[in-house]
Amino acid sequence: MSRMGLQIGAPPPMAPSGRQVPLLETQGLVKRFGALVANDRVDLAVHAGEVHALLGENGAGKSTLVKMLYGLLQPDAGHILWEGYPVVMTEPRYARQLGIGMVFQHFALFEAMTVAENIALGLDGSRRDTHALGTRIREISEHYGLVLDPGRHVYDLSVGERQRIEIVRCLLQAPRLLIMDEPTSVLTPQETERLFATLQQLAHEGCAILYISHKLEEIRALCDCATIMRAGKVVATCDPKSETARGLAHLMIGSEFRTAVRRAPRASSRQIGLEVAGLSLAPDSTYGTGLTEVSFAVAAGEILGIAGVAGNGQGELVAALSGERLAARDDQVWIAGQRAGRLGPTRRRALGLSVVPEERHGHGAVLELSLTDNVFLTGRARLPLVRRGFLQSGAARRFAAQVIASFGVQCAGPDAPAGSLSGGNLQKFIIGREILQQPGALVVAQPTWGLDAAAVATVQQSLIELAQNGCAVVIISQDLDELLALSDRLAVIHGGRLLAAQPTEALSVDAIGVMMGGVVGDKEVVP
Amino acid sequence: MIGWRIERRYEVSRALLYSTPVLAVVLTLTMGIALFCGLGIDAWAALYYCFIAPFETLSSIGEVLIKAAPLSMMAVGLGIGFRANVWNIGAEGQLTLGAVAAGGVALLFWGHEGSFILPLMMLAGIAGGMLWAAIPAFLKARLNVNEILTSLMLTYVAGLLLSTLVYGPWKDPEGMNFPQSRMFSIWETAAPLIAGTRIHIGVPLAFVVALAAALLVERTLIGFAIKVAGLAPNAARYAGFHRDRVVWLAFLLSGGLAGLAGMLEVAGPIGQLVPVITPGYGFTAIIVAFLGRLNPIGIMAAGVLMALSYVGGENAQIAVGLPRAVTGMFQGLLLFFLLATDCLARYRIRWVGRVRHGSGT
Repeated sequence: MSRMGLQIGAPPPMAPSGRQVPLLETQGLVKRFGALVANDRVDLAVHAGEVHALLGENGAGKSTLVKMLYGLLQPDAGHILWEGYPVVMTEPRYARQLGIGMVFQHFALFEAMTVAENIALGLDGSRRDTHALGTRIREISEHYGLVLDPGRHVYDLSVGERQRIEIVRCLLQAPRLLIMDEPTSVLTPQETERLFATLQQLAHEGCAILYISHKLEEIRALCDCATIMRAGKVVATCDPKSETARGLAHLMIGSEFRTAVRRAPRASSRQIGLEVAGLSLAPDSTYGTGLTEVSFAVAAGEILGIAGVAGNGQGELVAALSGERLAARDDQVWIAGQRAGRLGPTRRRALGLSVVPEERHGHGAVLELSLTDNVFLTGRARLPLVRRGFLQSGAARRFAAQVIASFGVQCAGPDAPAGSLSGGNLQKFIIGREILQQPGALVVAQPTWGLDAAAVATVQQSLIELAQNGCAVVIISQDLDELLALSDRLAVIHGGRLLAAQPTEALSVDAIGVMMGGVVGDKEVVP
Repeated sequence: MIGWRIERRYEVSRALLYSTPVLAVVLTLTMGIALFCGLGIDAWAALYYCFIAPFETLSSIGEVLIKAAPLSMMAVGLGIGFRANVWNIGAEGQLTLGAVAAGGVALLFWGHEGSFILPLMMLAGIAGGMLWAAIPAFLKARLNVNEILTSLMLTYVAGLLLSTLVYGPWKDPEGMNFPQSRMFSIWETAAPLIAGTRIHIGVPLAFVVALAAALLVERTLIGFAIKVAGLAPNAARYAGFHRDRVVWLAFLLSGGLAGLAGMLEVAGPIGQLVPVITPGYGFTAIIVAFLGRLNPIGIMAAGVLMALSYVGGENAQIAVGLPRAVTGMFQGLLLFFLLATDCLARYRIRWVGRVRHGSGT
């Protein structure tokens, strides 16, 4: 038989009796990358009709495992069994033929095309009759309560709606196993609830769901079974409903779980670290959201949280603060009491402002370059890394090593390409790179997006310490729990307007969720 | 669907990526042999005259080097731009303008003596190339006009400008009405450095340029900015590197070097302004830049290889009667195989037949 394509082997001589044959099972799956064993004899069993959680730290091997299950990577040893039959999938297409669907954390959608066109592009074979497809999309979205208009353009849609496109695209293929990678990291609380209802309905209909998440409470609420991975191995399989969140975290990390310690609110100093006054900005693209009269001030030692659903001007706000886009007047942005509205990124850094953008890949870091080289991106304004135009690689390497050591970044060393790090480790490196420059003001977007519990704790703890040392910190995030835990004051951004910041104690998750949806009091905010 | 499909490789071998230039050279030679055999030409003799004979005498080594010098000099400049995703395709035009500017200086000082004239011609050549490159740079930086189109089209404008001059005001008054300028005096020509060859100052200069470029790219903040601008434009903006400055820098640098190469051609082997200065060095330099992996040191080697195709091609025309097109054919084959091997290192072609559902039983 050819090595290519989908192969289905002979059934095992005897299915273990007394027990239902799992829909999908792996036996001793091994995957190596050079010296690193990413998956070490992984056994996993997912049954039809169950929501199965896959839990683990960054670099624990979850992504590697699901990539093998979806035909994106080939195992070095071990078997994948589908209904008890060994299968070899050399490509995602073959996984889809078996009935495996996957919703990725980052969507692959064309903004300028409609929902139906995007879905048609993702389908195999010749089922590309857009009209018939539109009808099917409506049927499926109604059946599962996934509100979606096939004729709308993607640029019009919220992140939650975009995710629905990916889910509907999978459902069109009538999957028997749906793999979801961190699906709620971009959703509002209301959207998350909606998604859970859909997933439960799917499970009721007999579809198995493999659910990757770091949010322990979510897993306890949703999942029937959890497989926990650590350092490439399966360390436990348990019923998450009978475990506490702390217990799950303990299994996942292997050491005592640390939660970020909320510091006691203290009288913040009167010294303003970062101030924005009446900042307006045109959208940076046809489909972007401009800023309208945004004003806020952050005192030294204070953490201001900015909540909001993605695409409401957060990207533009970060660009306007970092200096990637300049304000109209120099008095619209102030750093450490100095006018900075017309200064570029390097001069703003020299004044003490550091920024961590939301996108790590190709924005906060250049994947093709080493960690040492990535230090030059932002470090040269405040550290002696360039002398007479020449790069001081030794100094940069020492700084990179310091970041790696202080933030527990798992990598091959300062010369490792940034692209070789897992998402969480790269984020730790980027945040560490900014924090170790001892900024007077720090703006950070989505600091813990896609990070595991241990990395989240490291990052959050370091943000708190930074504020305690007198830095003015702005956190722009969609993770409300995080904002509630960290911020002294909280504001909501919607349609490019910032709703005035309020002390965090005065706000509830529900109230903020409603504001994020654009409703203040009883009035709809005009975008 | 049944048929051939091109698919991305999930795991790309680095060793494969670095070996593709060598593989392309080997495939070009193999294809060349096959073609010669098909034409009924003694393939071994042809290859000997193409690739071995040019290294047998000092003077022919000199010929290879004086062709390699402008090629690698220009390719180094272009390569720096290509790294930053700035596509200057008009080096040929910038070379022409460099020659025009240098020639203008030579004609201005015709009849004068002084060792200042040649350096002045060099500066004029660099300035001429930069000026011509500044047009697409301005259009790109200010109006976001596609630089590939503007730089390419300006090449033809430059050629016509040169023709206008040598057919008109700059025509040699004692030149029997031939469309060419006066011959430059000894103060205006780059004299041979080694007796018995035509090796001129351009050869060591090309070497220095490549080394300086390697230093710029690998060790300086400017080189770093260029690299980042090419790899990740968003990260470049985040780091505070201005796209427009990178565009200007890439164009002025590559234009200046092309202008210098043009000056060296007219002040060196040619010795006067003529309607056509090079057999398309400005375009060949694009191949050289990619063959050398955009790395200045690699570009030097690639420049010698390409120069060999010119000198060896001429040799083989004379010795075994190969058609004149053989030089162009070799260059075309080389670029074709380089692009093909590069592509196949990143993608694979697969026959997609019916998927087998057959069980192993």
